[in-house]
Amino acid sequence: KIKKDLIPNIIARMQDEKNGIPIRTVKSFLSKIPSVFSGSDIVQWMQKNLNIEDQVEALHLGTLMAAHGYFFPISDHVLMLKDDGTFYRFQTPYFWPSNCWEPENTDYAVYLCKRTMQNKARLELADYEAESLARLQRAFARKWEFIFMQAEAVDKKRDKIERKILDSQERAFWDVHRPVPGCVNTTEADIKKSSRMKQPHKTRKVNTHSHTHSHTHTHTHTLTHTHTHTHTHSHTHTHTHTLTAYINLVFSVLLSFSEQYIEYDPFFTTPEPSNPWISDDVTSWELEASKEAGQQRVKRWGFCFDEVLKDPVGREQFLRFLESEFSSENLRFWLAVQELKKRPIREVPSRVQEIWDEFLAPGAPSAINVDSRSYDKTTQNIKDPGRYAFQDAQEHIYKLMKSDSYSRFIRSSAYQEMLQAKKKVKPLKRLETAI
Amino acid sequence: MEPQLQGQVIRQLFFLIGATSVNSILLRKDLCSCRKGMLSSPHQNTPRHREILCFLVEMAAQPSDTLATLKTESETLKTKLEEERAKLHDVELHQVAEKIEALGQFVMKTRRALKGHGNKVLCLDWCKDKRRIVSSSQDGKVIVWDAFTTNKEHAVTMPCTWVMACAYAPSGCAVACGGLDNKCSVYPLSLDKNENLAAKKKSVAMHTNYLSACCFTNSDMQILTSSGDGTCALWDVESGQMLQSFHGHAADVLCLDLAPSETGNTFVSGGCDKKSCVWDMRTGQCVQSFETHESDINSVRYYPSGDAFASGSDDATCRLYDLRADREVAIYSKESIIFGASSVDFSLSGRLLFGGYNDYTINVWDVLKGTRVSILFGHENRVSTLRVSPDGTAFCSGSWDHTLRIWA
Repeated sequence: KIKKDLIPNIIARMQDEKNGIPIRTVKSFLSKIPSVFSGSDIVQWMQKNLNIEDQVEALHLGTLMAAHGYFFPISDHVLMLKDDGTFYRFQTPYFWPSNCWEPENTDYAVYLCKRTMQNKARLELADYEAESLARLQRAFARKWEFIFMQAEAVDKKRDKIERKILDSQERAFWDVHRPVPGCVNTTEADIKKSSRMKQPHKTRKVNTHSHTHSHTHTHTHTLTHTHTHTHTHSHTHTHTHTLTAYINLVFSVLLSFSEQYIEYDPFFTTPEPSNPWISDDVTSWELEASKEAGQQRVKRWGFCFDEVLKDPVGREQFLRFLESEFSSENLRFWLAVQELKKRPIREVPSRVQEIWDEFLAPGAPSAINVDSRSYDKTTQNIKDPGRYAFQDAQEHIYKLMKSDSYSRFIRSSAYQEMLQAKKKVKPLKRLETAI
Repeated sequence: MEPQLQGQVIRQLFFLIGATSVNSILLRKDLCSCRKGMLSSPHQNTPRHREILCFLVEMAAQPSDTLATLKTESETLKTKLEEERAKLHDVELHQVAEKIEALGQFVMKTRRALKGHGNKVLCLDWCKDKRRIVSSSQDGKVIVWDAFTTNKEHAVTMPCTWVMACAYAPSGCAVACGGLDNKCSVYPLSLDKNENLAAKKKSVAMHTNYLSACCFTNSDMQILTSSGDGTCALWDVESGQMLQSFHGHAADVLCLDLAPSETGNTFVSGGCDKKSCVWDMRTGQCVQSFETHESDINSVRYYPSGDAFASGSDDATCRLYDLRADREVAIYSKESIIFGASSVDFSLSGRLLFGGYNDYTINVWDVLKGTRVSILFGHENRVSTLRVSPDGTAFCSGSWDHTLRIWA
């Protein structure tokens, strides 16, 4: 995927004040269209600056860049470049695919929900979007309250132009990650390379040090260019708006987390029956330590997979559920590897061997299913066993449990009954052991 | 040297100094390599840069300019640059947070006072049982308290003074501490109160300068340390072996915090170089860094979701950095707060940020709105350390006034 990393550099050149594509605000019928350039502008620029003679080649490359989400047509879900007066807009770096941020279905649900809150006919959901929304509503029925809340958290008082731009950029982001049926999903990664696609910020900083800096710097210099350049005011305006839009996203993420956990924060919600430091009564600590999980605690497991893994009672219940599905070896493997990382270095080689024998060796009693690439890598790692010998396999199993078993666990009648406190959560009689 | 030549030399010098200053002011110096020359890297070759450099060249070419005029011009330029930079700070969380309701009044009082240290309290850490605390002080004493009853359960005297770092093991069965001895040592906590803890001491980490912070990773078997020698390191407790070292700070590292994730492998550190760095524990690489504070960073703490972290600095501000957006998103400051923030921590939901300051107070901030919701008085000297309890029911502050206070 080496070519992909070069695209941000081209984009930076396209956005250059002097030699880039001229960006402008166009007055249309009753409103203004901010921060746009035409398809033919792009083609011309590419032919001039990238040494492309053939218009077809320019269109092809431009379409690929659009399909990957670096700029987009403002009036179409289908991401392609046309050599005419069709208007395009640049995508904000926050949403660039080079950030390797894989959004979840809950994020998509929030976005679609937000769209339905807008009262403009032309922004109505397309058929495939309406279908997705219906599907997601069924899948996340229990969580819908939080999804709705997050969708509502959009700042409605924002400047109209800014809002227009951000909305279009967000829509374009989803057009890349949830493309129109029939279009290529450019986020699908080549499995050979997918091991290198780690956390978003890691990839950005480690591989593209200067590029990250240059696009941030582009914003910097554009903001400072209010009077010393002949560029139109709207261009500067755009970048200020883009930066503000960024902050809106950050804000809604932090806000929704805070709002979700505020009922568990003793500074906001008094614990049951009281805060021990204030009442001098330790009952709430005793309740927490007991293996019986109250409704509030059970509810927390539904927030995200990590909540189940953090809580010993949650882990137990999840393990029980997996046993009923005959896939408990996944969780046991994950727990064993976590445990391995905590052992003294002296114990590591023998522990690695034990885990290998139990979960991965041919004919293993609790064989887990990992892709052959992770399997081969692990086979190599155990020859020189370290704490991270099973890292790839563990990540694979974590993703599997998160996307598959966890969502079924939350929808299961066992969990739902605990949530509605119909059934008391009883501790398992045997000790929870990894191997 | 003849006067004309002198003038030329001065102008050339000015050009070089000016250009270097522009680089430093406009860019995050840690990310750009000035060795390569001023116009070679793409991110330095921007119109704004070129404009400024042309301006400098023009000035250098003026035959009749005197040094004094050049100096005035450079001051004007500097002010201009600072103004432009300040504009960036306008885009922050508090602007978009206007629409949410302000928080009400909080009643936070001292619920317990822990007295027993003979000198400045420098560090504290909570036990996972939500009620025990380990604290360390300048007189070399490390005390383990049941903060709920205020009883002292263990006390150890370290061979050095200024025990700047201490941590409670996840199992609750040991504590780690260190300071001017450049080491981090682990003491198993015995149930027998009469047993001499010092006898069972285990030396784990060895740095070449003072130990500023330490923390157990998710087990009793590994410790993460930061030091005045500018590095952080991960150690195997049993063997004392260094498992990974982290290089990148240009000065003393003063603080660190582990990311709150079941799968995560990262931590953040802050130092005297005004930089905070996010590290990958497995590879030892710095994956992100931020340099917006104007002075030493004394404390760093992750937002409970792990998406962001806060830092407290000698520049009298606390700041919030979002990891995905890769930038500072909020500054918590007031004109009336002019003393450094020594320690910060979040409430369980992340909505409140507690900051202990060198002006003896604790300021409570609304993380999203950026406003201060409370100021707590009580300590009679600097607040040097502050931690929220594991279940968020209270926070504890330690001070140079020799005491610790539990607030709820």
